[in-house]
Amino acid sequence: METMVVSFLQSALGSAWPTVKPLWPLVWTLAQIVLIMAPLLLSVAYLTFWERKVIGWMQVRIGPNRVGPWGLLQPIADGLKLFFKEVLFPAAADKKLFVLGPVMAIAPALAAWAVIPFAPGWVLANIDAGVLYLLAVSSVGVYGIIIAGWASNSKYPMFGAMRASAQMISYEISMGLGLICVLMVSNTLNLSEIVMAQSKGRFASYGFDFLSWNWLPLLPMFGVYLISGVAETNRAPFDVVEGESEIVAGHMVEYSGMAFAMFFLAEYANMILIAAMTSIFFLGGWLSPIGFIPDGFHWLAAKMAAILFFFLWIRATFPRYRYDQLMRLGWKVFVPLTLVWILVVGIWMMSPLSIWK
Amino acid sequence: MEFKTILFYLFSTITVIAALRVITARNPVHAVLFLVLAFFNVAGLWMLLQAEFLSLALVMVYVGAVMVLFLFVVMMLDINIERVRAGFWSNLPLGIVVGGLLASEMAVVLSGKYFGLANLPPQNLPANYSNTKELARVLFTDYAYPFEVASVILLVSIIVAVMLTMRRRKDNKAMHSSDQIAVKAKDRMRIVKMAPEVELPASGGDKA
Repeated sequence: METMVVSFLQSALGSAWPTVKPLWPLVWTLAQIVLIMAPLLLSVAYLTFWERKVIGWMQVRIGPNRVGPWGLLQPIADGLKLFFKEVLFPAAADKKLFVLGPVMAIAPALAAWAVIPFAPGWVLANIDAGVLYLLAVSSVGVYGIIIAGWASNSKYPMFGAMRASAQMISYEISMGLGLICVLMVSNTLNLSEIVMAQSKGRFASYGFDFLSWNWLPLLPMFGVYLISGVAETNRAPFDVVEGESEIVAGHMVEYSGMAFAMFFLAEYANMILIAAMTSIFFLGGWLSPIGFIPDGFHWLAAKMAAILFFFLWIRATFPRYRYDQLMRLGWKVFVPLTLVWILVVGIWMMSPLSIWK
Repeated sequence: MEFKTILFYLFSTITVIAALRVITARNPVHAVLFLVLAFFNVAGLWMLLQAEFLSLALVMVYVGAVMVLFLFVVMMLDINIERVRAGFWSNLPLGIVVGGLLASEMAVVLSGKYFGLANLPPQNLPANYSNTKELARVLFTDYAYPFEVASVILLVSIIVAVMLTMRRRKDNKAMHSSDQIAVKAKDRMRIVKMAPEVELPASGGDKA
């Protein structure tokens, strides 16, 4: 792809090409970033629409259906409204940090997409330490909430920030430990290679590829990862950070207009990111479930859509966790479970019964 | 000038400015956030040295976990900045001595004359060289026992810290989820069997 564009530019620009050439890597990378970001932000917008529709149907309502055909222009109308609203600054707020909060929330949610492979070769940065990069970048996301909560100089945002910092660090541990099992069986930190490692196995040789993916041998880790992912994105039933019946909206109380919308963009971008990561680590990424069907990006998209539907579904059905139960689940259930399963997988891999040779 | 050189100067300038602001910022929360910025840029510098594992581990462990807890604590404190600054001039001579020692020691290490760093052969690493793998190989083969001992020491210190700070209060009303789940209906409610109608006992002396 890049060589095609370069040769076209060389012929089009002629003698001007050598002067443009030093800037080419920058231009090319920016073009790729736009190519990832534009569809991502569009899917964020329509994920909010889909959420309102799905939850509406589950609660025997219709959901948004006024703006455009079947209500399809609703997210655009919401976005426009938020764009034109004034961003209010509380008098006692720390102005600089008040602005920095939403930026720190959304930047890691977008930066993490750099290493996500969408199909063979479709990745912005195919780096060897991809999993480490994902863990490092997603651990920075909590700053947005803490800074916003503190800078607002108000009580409920402060409570939200306190809850967020405790909750997100706790569930990051179980997510990271769950991923260690994936790393052990795939023997690499590169995300593309983790996907390809799932295409081999006894069931895959019979044509039932979906039984060779990591979700089956690492089933407890798949569950832990998925549930921790919900907690990590502060979604219901783990949304104590912004629980509207307890602390109004947590760190978002003092925000309005686009600054408020940034937190929502970050939350939904994180949801899509967790869905993509779960699909890549446990559900075989872009691989097709049955051997003779060709692989492709549409499989990854389908798996992500299924996981996102799961997120919406549990939001509509479960009541919110109590805070102490949430901490208990993270520290007393998930962390011991993952630690034991690392041991189990280690022994399994060294035993003659190993399926990862 | 190579692009890497520009990046190096960018990262190191921000690191130095951020580190200076850590000790000059008036608000402790700002100081902690500048420290986070300094860590981030040091991670960038390490990335330029091709130490990608250390660099990402720095972001993950220090920026993602340690500094969050640090920020959490500092946000809770009500620090009186005037009292903190009270002894500045009287402590300055000691500070200059300690700082000078640190700087001279770093100069000795970094100039490399006394450690033979200048005589090291230039490293020509293959394209698929992964320093994460190399680090793991050294840690879990040559240094397996020291590594295990270090982790056990850390574990012991975690347990000790928990035990030292945990106190059981008599008036604590915290609920235990397992007890709550184990509750049976009969612990909370008594079902009394009684006939739907009770005939009044015939009382003597009252004749209708």
